[in-house]
Amino acid sequence: MILIDSVAVMLAIVLPTIAATFAFAWWFRASNEKARRLPDWDYSGRIELIVWGIPLLVIMLLGGVAWIGSHDLDPAKPLTSNTPPIEVQAVSLDWKWLFIYPKQGVASVNRLVIPAGAPVHFSLTSASVMNAFFIPQLGSMIYTMNGMTTQLNLQADAPGVFRGISSHYSGDGFSDMHFDVVATPAAEFEAWIKATRNVGPTLNSASYAELARQSINAHPFSFGAADPDLFQQIVSQKLPPGPGPSSGRPDVSVSPRTEH
Amino acid sequence: MWGKLSWAAIPFDQPIPLIASGVVGFALVAVLALIALKGWLPYLWREWITSVDHKRIGIMYVVLAMVMLLRGFTDAIMMRSQQALAFRSPGYLPPEHYDQIFSAHGTLMIFFVAMPFVIGLMNFVTPLQLGVRDVAFPTLNSVGFWLTATGALLVNISLLVGEFARTGWLPFPPLSELTYSPGVGVDYYLWSLQISGVGALLAGVNLLTTVLKLRAPGMTYMRMPMFCWTTLASNLLIVAAFPVLTATLAMLLLDRYLGFHFFTNEAGGNVMMFMNLIWVWGHPEVYILILPAFGIFSEVVSTFSGKPLFGYRSMVAATMVICVLSFTVWLHHFFTMGTGADVNALFGIASMIIAVPTGVKVFNWLFTMYGGRIVYSTPLLWALGFMVTFVIGGMSGVLLANPPADFVLHNSLFLVAHFHNVIIGGVLFGAFAGYTYWFPKAFGFRLHEGLGKASFWCWIVGFYVTFMPLYVLGLMGMTRRMQHYDVAAWRPWLLVAAGGAAIILIGIILQTAQLVVSIRRRADLRDETGDPWNGRSLEWATASPPPVFNFAATPRIKNDDAYWGAKQRALQESRLGEEPAYTDIEMPRNTPTGFVCAFFATIMGFALIWHIWWIAGLALFGSYATFVVFAWRDKDEYVIPAETVARIDRANRSARNAALARRPAAP
Repeated sequence: MILIDSVAVMLAIVLPTIAATFAFAWWFRASNEKARRLPDWDYSGRIELIVWGIPLLVIMLLGGVAWIGSHDLDPAKPLTSNTPPIEVQAVSLDWKWLFIYPKQGVASVNRLVIPAGAPVHFSLTSASVMNAFFIPQLGSMIYTMNGMTTQLNLQADAPGVFRGISSHYSGDGFSDMHFDVVATPAAEFEAWIKATRNVGPTLNSASYAELARQSINAHPFSFGAADPDLFQQIVSQKLPPGPGPSSGRPDVSVSPRTEH
Repeated sequence: MWGKLSWAAIPFDQPIPLIASGVVGFALVAVLALIALKGWLPYLWREWITSVDHKRIGIMYVVLAMVMLLRGFTDAIMMRSQQALAFRSPGYLPPEHYDQIFSAHGTLMIFFVAMPFVIGLMNFVTPLQLGVRDVAFPTLNSVGFWLTATGALLVNISLLVGEFARTGWLPFPPLSELTYSPGVGVDYYLWSLQISGVGALLAGVNLLTTVLKLRAPGMTYMRMPMFCWTTLASNLLIVAAFPVLTATLAMLLLDRYLGFHFFTNEAGGNVMMFMNLIWVWGHPEVYILILPAFGIFSEVVSTFSGKPLFGYRSMVAATMVICVLSFTVWLHHFFTMGTGADVNALFGIASMIIAVPTGVKVFNWLFTMYGGRIVYSTPLLWALGFMVTFVIGGMSGVLLANPPADFVLHNSLFLVAHFHNVIIGGVLFGAFAGYTYWFPKAFGFRLHEGLGKASFWCWIVGFYVTFMPLYVLGLMGMTRRMQHYDVAAWRPWLLVAAGGAAIILIGIILQTAQLVVSIRRRADLRDETGDPWNGRSLEWATASPPPVFNFAATPRIKNDDAYWGAKQRALQESRLGEEPAYTDIEMPRNTPTGFVCAFFATIMGFALIWHIWWIAGLALFGSYATFVVFAWRDKDEYVIPAETVARIDRANRSARNAALARRPAAP
């Protein structure tokens, strides 16, 4: 909405400007006999007032829009809803995403399941380098940084499958750092939690260390149990940051060539 | 003995960089062989390499920029073709190579194309417009140029020996830290920019001092041509911002070389500090580039409309407002870091405010054309193309300055389209306009108009075909720097964008042809008088190319468009002003200091990248010794006798008299 409003406001002056550029350039071409020449005209207080005034007014308007919009759409601001928000802790790793559901005690890699119609509150961090968590169809993006937590609130209004990506370049495996976001009806979400719980591996410091190693295009899978403190341990660096490339030592001359 | 350097550093298993560096190496050897065989080396050494003449140094800057433009554009073609191919397939460039290409593309285009191009034009033009003989520090000028060339050389060496950074054009930690980038790529980036950054700072100090202290008598601030004002603003920014870049990169170097923790994940390092610092330099940097382009457009629009610049005082105010505001908006590069609504909104609005003085400038160019007699030569076409294109880029910029909009467009191809829109449509078009406009001044003959216009149309059409699809892709959620993708809807737009790059390629080929054809037909295109465009400022008052001393007698400035007034008087009276009393002129002697110093700096940079400490130490000593030797010299000037000055000036006066006789008397 803000996008469309702002574009409309700006087009209102940009289009006439472009049109005037063409018109002036054409009319005052050297070969046009009819054009009135003003070879020494270089100042007009009235025009000066207008050329400062118009952009100033437009920017005051758009600045107001920006101020209100920044506060309304702040990613950290909780969404108004009757449904209590679902908590998800998201961790960017080299090069995959880990989603921990602390209340439900499960976790999943490269696949985010959320109930449609309910707000989701994300706490985000990074296991290693910077990334940005972004689901274009649901709203804003936010950076993930090691040793820090960022906040994001999103909601899928209707069930569907959306595309989630990293939108901050993070190294060789970056292009494959995307994941499916599955928004299901609330009942199906509960069913998914039940089906996932106690099935498959457990997310603890040992399996996290394994996960933190660099890998590209990890197949989605889930953890049947998750250490509820794990996210905090990543943020507080009790769990060390991801190790980086394993195929090269820091003193090796040439870049480590990643395996494919 | 040789640090990390070994034969493994040369990518024998990768044909693309090997062939590319083979071609570059062959071209380099061929040029050197030609120079040696033709016996041009003594001439080049005497007249160019050791020259401290601001005109020669300016030309060398521009040549460097154009050669690097070819390299950077090759990278662009590779990126566009990779993305066109890599739909559900790996394409032809593996990630570790593709990542180097987009990093090198951005680094080259900003630091070794845009920067030397505008610095070169400022170097060439500003002293002429101010009516002075040279810049304030001629030898420093030479040192600055050669250090810039060193940086460019190091980036290109990385093609063959080792690798370039895979961290983007700004090396964001912690990705650029040793843990995640153990190779030499980031080191190549850092040392190239540290060395060329010193060069940029020297150029900034030099040009700033020149504008502040060396103006011809009567050339008050409010009489300076617009280009001089933008030179002043741009160099103020260089002097204020480049030390920040150098300090930030020095901190990253300390992290990587000595185990410091400024920006690491561990031990209290803070990546957010890097983001803030790099953009405190990075945002003024875009104004360092665009302000001189604004200056060029002001000169070009005014000259080819046959009118003084409309609203000169407004333009000066707008320039200086932009200069100051550019330091207050850096945070808009990372709204998505989670700083909070108040801070984001504040920086968003600050960023939008810059659109006000910029808008004023566009309107003033528009009213400069109003009532003019517009001659459609190539420089004016670039200016018109700029005005139309730049307002679109400005509009997308104001959109991105809106934090809620940025939260869905940040890092997307919309952003990529935006900054190419303002950098190509603004800086590059400005550089090309300036190149065509001042070429006859530099070499004494004009560039071929037909080929210039053809190239302009290829560039502008190619630009729109390439980057408008990128706006769409950004709105569709495609982020930047994707080596491959699997979204079918993106494909057609990426194919169109690749086609656009091909159109730009034709434009570049036409520009090359333009240069070759113009050199071959230089007799027909000769500029006899030194005033081929009916110019208004002082550079047109002297011969083309100007003599080494620029002006036979220091001009006295009595009115706003310094040369225009004198010219109108001459036309009225159908004769030139009185011949001045010629005197001996002292000019600075040429010196190899800059070249020798840069030679050592190249070796030092290379040795530091590969951890060959003993060579690095020797090279550092070598460049220091160069300066000591320079400081010890006794004779730093030579005298051009008054008779020589008179002979050179009389030749130009007779050409101008002949032209005056051919022209109908002024009404």
